[in-house]
Amino acid sequence: MSYTNRTVKAWRRENGRVGVRNHVVILPVDDISNAACEAVANNIKGTMAIPHAYGRLQFGADLDLHFRTMIGTGSNPNVAAVVVIGIEPGWTKIIADGIRETGKPVAEFSIEQNGDIKTIADASWKAKEFVHWATELQKEDCPLTDLWVSTKCGESDTTTGLSSCPTVGNMYDKLIPEGLYGCFGETSEITGAEHICEKRAANPEAAEKFMAIFKEYSENVIFANQTDDLSDSQPTKGNILGGLTTIEEKALGNLEKIGRECTYIDALQAAEEPKKGEGLYFMDTSSAAAECVVLMAAAGYVIHTFPTGQGNVVGNPIVPVIKISGNPRTLRTMGEHIDVDVTGVLSREQTIDEAGDALIDMIERTANGRNTAAEALGHVEFSMTKLYRSA
Amino acid sequence: MSKPHLLVHESKDNVGVVVIEGLTAGTEMLCVVTHDNSDFKLTAKHDIPIGHKVALTDLADGETIIKYGEDIGKMVAAAGQGEHVHTHNMKTKRW
Repeated sequence: MSYTNRTVKAWRRENGRVGVRNHVVILPVDDISNAACEAVANNIKGTMAIPHAYGRLQFGADLDLHFRTMIGTGSNPNVAAVVVIGIEPGWTKIIADGIRETGKPVAEFSIEQNGDIKTIADASWKAKEFVHWATELQKEDCPLTDLWVSTKCGESDTTTGLSSCPTVGNMYDKLIPEGLYGCFGETSEITGAEHICEKRAANPEAAEKFMAIFKEYSENVIFANQTDDLSDSQPTKGNILGGLTTIEEKALGNLEKIGRECTYIDALQAAEEPKKGEGLYFMDTSSAAAECVVLMAAAGYVIHTFPTGQGNVVGNPIVPVIKISGNPRTLRTMGEHIDVDVTGVLSREQTIDEAGDALIDMIERTANGRNTAAEALGHVEFSMTKLYRSA
Repeated sequence: MSKPHLLVHESKDNVGVVVIEGLTAGTEMLCVVTHDNSDFKLTAKHDIPIGHKVALTDLADGETIIKYGEDIGKMVAAAGQGEHVHTHNMKTKRW
């Protein structure tokens, strides 16, 4: 079956990328600009502030990551236009100019020498103009495989490795060869299956980059900071309740998300935009759900597929997060969070091939406008990854 | 085929995963190997929660546990065939 002829109704942006949501974002450069951004979003209906905890006195690689995350979030094709507000004009301009490279409308405001009240008034006028403009943008037919679809699993258990993760893998096996951009990450949760992940690289450079990222993480994060044998952290308490015993068992289930055939063509830094064309990418991310989804969204991914066993409830402000679960207890006790029910895989009433098709259908419906469970339930977690303490 | 109680990834695995709620000791489980759809029967020796592992053979202290056809850790106490395998009798070899 070919998927290249399937289309979705979505927004084709100025830079050619396809977005499935049409947000007007009020983006704070730093934590102390959150209040002004939230006030603008309160004034102007149809806009959304994305408050966060950082952006002051960061430096080096940590500052680079902050800029990459902010610029990437504003640049994401799910965002139509952006109002950037920072305490001072310097870093505000860096972020606004970064987003402007996409060609979308961007306005910037800084609070020093203006105060919150004037800044909020000026920014509200601009936000209102952007809303009028964005709400008249028309959707058009776009190939399904023009979407960029990322993945990360959460509150995993043994059922994720049997059902929901291979469902995502099956989707990638079908869509990646047809031109989809894919992304998986979770450096820490590949521990125990790193030798298998290394072999899934499409070329020696990608394999080397992945192993360098993995070794750097193991040495500088785990071995440098560990105070015990990590048995209480990986697997997590939730994983253990779900039946996972070791990090190796968790990692092997995790890697089911990249299917049977897919190989990754590059290993990206956190929030780095893929630049080697269509295909699957590995990204160096935390395994914490919200952080990982934010980093992949900042790299340009517009839909996130999220297998869960015990029931993770995470969402994202700008990217719809599609939840997939095969655990019948989770569907029974917290089914309102699940978009794609693959319990039939465990009862042998549904094949992985059928489950993969069900997920592709849900990606298509989500792109066409169906709100995900996380969107309907108001999950907008925006957690930034921070590499070390600020200056 | 009736609904299985236990799924096993690969035929060389020595543990399987309970996939129904409320499994009680003494149940004769229908076990299916997902890789080739073969099946076999095994009696559960404990009440074992959904998602938790069951020993497919007698497992000795120190024995390597295979799941997905891969090494996922070792036994730190023995478990008999049909018994529960989890953090009380198994751990990673990594640390």
